[in-house]
Amino acid sequence: MRTVEGMFEEMKKIAEEEGYQFNPVQEDLDDILQGLWDNMHRYGYGSCPCRIASGVIADDMDIICPCNYRDADLVEYGCCLCTLYVDDDWIAGKKTHDPIPERRPQEYFEKGYPGIMEQKGAGDKDMAEVYRCTVCGYLCAREEPPDLCPICRAKKERFEKFGMK
Amino acid sequence: MNKARPMLYTLSTCVHCKATKRFFKSQGIIYDFIDVDKLEGREKEDVRSEMIRLSGTVRFPTIVIGDTVIVGFYEDKIRAALGL
Repeated sequence: MRTVEGMFEEMKKIAEEEGYQFNPVQEDLDDILQGLWDNMHRYGYGSCPCRIASGVIADDMDIICPCNYRDADLVEYGCCLCTLYVDDDWIAGKKTHDPIPERRPQEYFEKGYPGIMEQKGAGDKDMAEVYRCTVCGYLCAREEPPDLCPICRAKKERFEKFGMK
Repeated sequence: MNKARPMLYTLSTCVHCKATKRFFKSQGIIYDFIDVDKLEGREKEDVRSEMIRLSGTVRFPTIVIGDTVIVGFYEDKIRAALGL
């Protein structure tokens, strides 16, 4: 069975490539990673250690670490909900270390993450915004482009809105 | 101050829940807690419903001190509710 350290090595590799950083407080980092590892082993997927999982992967798809809410929370609060991922301002104490609001809608906790046909862009529903990396052509459908393109590492400014209609 | 023991709804995996328990211990305050992720089936559903009744959410930790419900490890709010 994979160890916590083995799991973290893989996460570190991806984080370094994509420009993310982890909580620098070793004790907290260890607790978060242990929680994530526990979830991975009891549910079969690494759902957020600070959110209650349903045990059904399709219902928890948005809270599998890294969760769908990480990037927006990093921009607004300098950390994700469980504080595994943090930014420079958070580390420097320029942002509060108080708990941050839950971005996941309450109804997802009750009914699970919506199936693909209930999401934006499905059927005749409103289309989600699509952004295109002008450097490599990578496309993503989300509220904001990522800070760094996960493919070529171009910065957010190099993204443009891409018409899908 | 309310004499009933504080009640903590927690997850066994959650770093903020651990910090909350550490805080209560450091203050020498005896508390009850439920690690909701360790429950199963009906029992888990009942506790989830109880949490929604208390705070409208199922966020962790949820801390009940007398009539005060605190969602999240806010040390200042907990101190105030405990009269520390």
